[in-house]
Amino acid sequence: MPDGVIGTGIGAVVKRVEDFRFLTGNGNYTDDINRPGQTYAYMLRSPHAHATINSIDTAVAEAAPGVVAVFTGDDMQVGGLPCGWQIHSEDGSPMHEPPHPSLAQGKVRHVGDQVAVVIAETLEQAKTAATLINIDYGILPAVMDMKAAEAGGTLVHEEIETNKCYDWGIGDKSAVDEALASSAHITEIDIVNNRLIPNAMEPRAAVAEFNKATSEYTVYTTSQNPHVIRLLMGAFVLSVPEHKLRIIAPDVGGGFGSKIFLYAEETIITWASTKVGRPIKWTAERSESFMTDAHGRDHVTHAKLGMDENGIFTALKVETYANMGAYLSTFATSVPTYLYATLLAGVYKTPVIYANVKAIFTNTVPVDAYRGAGRPEASYLLERIVDRAAREMGIEQVDIRQRNMISADAFPYQTPVALEYDSGDYQATLASAMKLAETSGFDLRKKESQARGKKRGIGYSTYIEACGIAPSAVAGALGARAGLYESAEVRVHPTGSVTVFTGSHSHGQGHETTFAQIVSEQLGIPIENIEINHGDTGNVQFGMGTYGSRSLAVGGEALLRATNKIIDKASKIAAHCLEAAVDDIEFKEGNFTVSGTDKSMAFGEVALTAYVPHNFPHDELEPGLDETAFYDPANFTFPGGCHICEVEIDPETGVTEVKNFTAVDDIGRVINPMIVEGQVHGGVAQGIGQALLEGCSYDSDGQLLTGSYMDYTMPRADNVPNFKVGTQSTLCTHNTLGVKGVGEVGAIGSPPAVINAIVDALSDMGVTDISMPATPSKVWQSIQSAKASS
Amino acid sequence: MPTVTMRVNGKTVSGEVEARTLLVQFLREHLRLTGTHVGCDTSQCGACVVHVDGNSAKSCTMLAVQAIDADITTIEGLADGETLHPMQEAFRNNHGLQCGFCTPGMVMSAVDLVNKNPTASETEIREWLEGNICRCTGYHNIVKSIQEAAENVGG
Ligand code: FES
Ligand code: FES
Repeated sequence: MPDGVIGTGIGAVVKRVEDFRFLTGNGNYTDDINRPGQTYAYMLRSPHAHATINSIDTAVAEAAPGVVAVFTGDDMQVGGLPCGWQIHSEDGSPMHEPPHPSLAQGKVRHVGDQVAVVIAETLEQAKTAATLINIDYGILPAVMDMKAAEAGGTLVHEEIETNKCYDWGIGDKSAVDEALASSAHITEIDIVNNRLIPNAMEPRAAVAEFNKATSEYTVYTTSQNPHVIRLLMGAFVLSVPEHKLRIIAPDVGGGFGSKIFLYAEETIITWASTKVGRPIKWTAERSESFMTDAHGRDHVTHAKLGMDENGIFTALKVETYANMGAYLSTFATSVPTYLYATLLAGVYKTPVIYANVKAIFTNTVPVDAYRGAGRPEASYLLERIVDRAAREMGIEQVDIRQRNMISADAFPYQTPVALEYDSGDYQATLASAMKLAETSGFDLRKKESQARGKKRGIGYSTYIEACGIAPSAVAGALGARAGLYESAEVRVHPTGSVTVFTGSHSHGQGHETTFAQIVSEQLGIPIENIEINHGDTGNVQFGMGTYGSRSLAVGGEALLRATNKIIDKASKIAAHCLEAAVDDIEFKEGNFTVSGTDKSMAFGEVALTAYVPHNFPHDELEPGLDETAFYDPANFTFPGGCHICEVEIDPETGVTEVKNFTAVDDIGRVINPMIVEGQVHGGVAQGIGQALLEGCSYDSDGQLLTGSYMDYTMPRADNVPNFKVGTQSTLCTHNTLGVKGVGEVGAIGSPPAVINAIVDALSDMGVTDISMPATPSKVWQSIQSAKASS
Repeated sequence: MPTVTMRVNGKTVSGEVEARTLLVQFLREHLRLTGTHVGCDTSQCGACVVHVDGNSAKSCTMLAVQAIDADITTIEGLADGETLHPMQEAFRNNHGLQCGFCTPGMVMSAVDLVNKNPTASETEIREWLEGNICRCTGYHNIVKSIQEAAENVGG
């Protein structure tokens, strides 16, 4: 429904409302906030991956200049940080949930674990005093390797008597074994999905204060979901009721999942703010971000794909080890289960699938959702094994995909791993991506590269994801301890301008623009008259926040439904004023008209009548024009698409250059094409980062080797090309907007396309595999070993 | 404690700082010019870029005392009231920002590039941005913004 009226509705390229403040330095991020009388917190962190704390002596630090207070785990006896999703192992037993204290209780379990907090007049004083704290550690062996940890030995948490959190399965194992046994060919693959460090550019931060007069806490924090933080921190950790705990997530500088979770630092300073009676500020240094922001991915997988003699998939069997790190972060347990293994059908008709996932504790930073969360791991596995299967079967890459794809007329499609896809046309996105990528010219480009001594390869990825998380009832049945709906309030003011309160949170996504476009389209009012308010539990009724590409599909739909309620009520008011039956009222382009007449009332006039109700249907309606909707979706949404990558490799140096990257995604209806393209660009850059540059690395003692931008390679401007981006949409069938979600597609679809392209480029040299990140040295090494063995 | 005096966005300012105070701390904490951001502790992200005597510089890698008598421009000093600088306008027009955190440093860095090399090629732009990390945009629209601003400034 492109907007023909005022040009700011659904489908229009509207320049972002939020940009002016960001471009002029007027953003308001957490670290920009200062409260009168504020003190500064510094976290003293464990230098060891695994150690008992025999004693802590804080006396000298407490007497140091400027120090207000020093607290350790002995002082902070409150609830642990909770995990929001309970998984049951295949044998029916519940997962192991060891305590997750904010300040270490007698033991540290990863480098960076909080041992003490120093609060002082200045940050420098807090830091200096922290060096005066004396801790006697009893160093223990670090548990690092997942398979060794599974076998036993040193335990990260003695109280659970194992390092295995759960041993979970999905699908029909015996049917899969049978089908594999009778398959004409089985392709096998070992996959490591490399551990990533999210690195939103704004480091985490929080400012907490306690108001003695009202017994109310106010906490500014870098969060993607302030209401979730309020619930977890208030109900589970500090025992503070919601009406006395206000969480404000102001402008937030990127999240990518890492700012979903409840973290120790924000709970520590909130708790401490009552003790010191003054506001406390804490801001992470980047090195703290590296060692305390929840990491992403870190799967080790073995998989088998069975095929008949024509390359038609018969069965898929997957065994995955998923690293949980030292503690269960907020949604950690759901990521390698319901957000991963349920996606293993991909876009294919594989009739039977079985996956087993073992979640393991190690002495590393907790691992949780990072852009894509489980779904990139699934798409990477599938698209790599499909690529390899094609090579082994002597079938073209495109051909093997086309032979196995779910056809456009098969929807709704029930997969063997729980999900029911509502819509899609995978052949169409593939065809459209091939056209945009000009794949027909690839051979020529390859020759041209060859002439320059370079190896060129092309890689495909036809992926799907499940997002818009999710129906609460389904999530609840699967172990979620939260509902997954969203809410919106549309408050129409007397003169017809509108304030929206949404439970979604924008930290780069541009909701202040796209959500306003929905209202502009619905109510026929210009975008300047609409304000989108989010991020403050003191203003917004409730919300589950932004992750899993859910803002538009869940929050946007809630907003649409709230505007429908506004239109319903306003139509009744207009009918009364225009002395017509409500069924005769038409609402179009911001005017209520009695159909077939020229009698009409503008939206603003109706709004005024609602608040100055002199002539008003009091017997039927209450005054005012303010409506709220809570929307709980009927299903996930299923964006999908095709990414095609062309790389050029210098065989002398192993340097890989991404020459072309094309993404055609089916994301349902597009609200703002400019923002959609931007989301895909950013996601693809993160995917290229994972494939070529980024990899978190620990040594065997549990020391983080990639703890700064000196040794963790972020994608820079000269590591990525310009992208070719297109959409090829089918509409979501179960929300009115028809939207599916776009936040994660780039990061989900792209890594296998890049790696498949590298394998393609080097296949004639005998290279069949390369692991992520495919650094120059790794590529060069695999060329050398392929040469040596040929 | 040393006293520092400098011109910031056209105004003379001074303050007493510890000798170890970084320029970015002076701007953010003493002058409350919070548009300049801190994104790292190893001088690599570029969120803190300002202009010092007309050249882009990482304000996290300079002491406030090194900027005594210097002419500093921060992101707050770039627009002319409600009228954005052509670089700011180009970023807005081309969706060159998402979360906005890298943006002040990106824009200040880009202004310096276009001042020095108004006809920078795409490769030159991408190489210039080596010291500015953006996690959101994938750089595509940042490069496009800079190209557009260069064209507009060039006439
Ligand atoms: S803050 Fe990162 S370079 Fe200055
Ligand atoms: S816009 Fe978010 S880091 Fe660049």
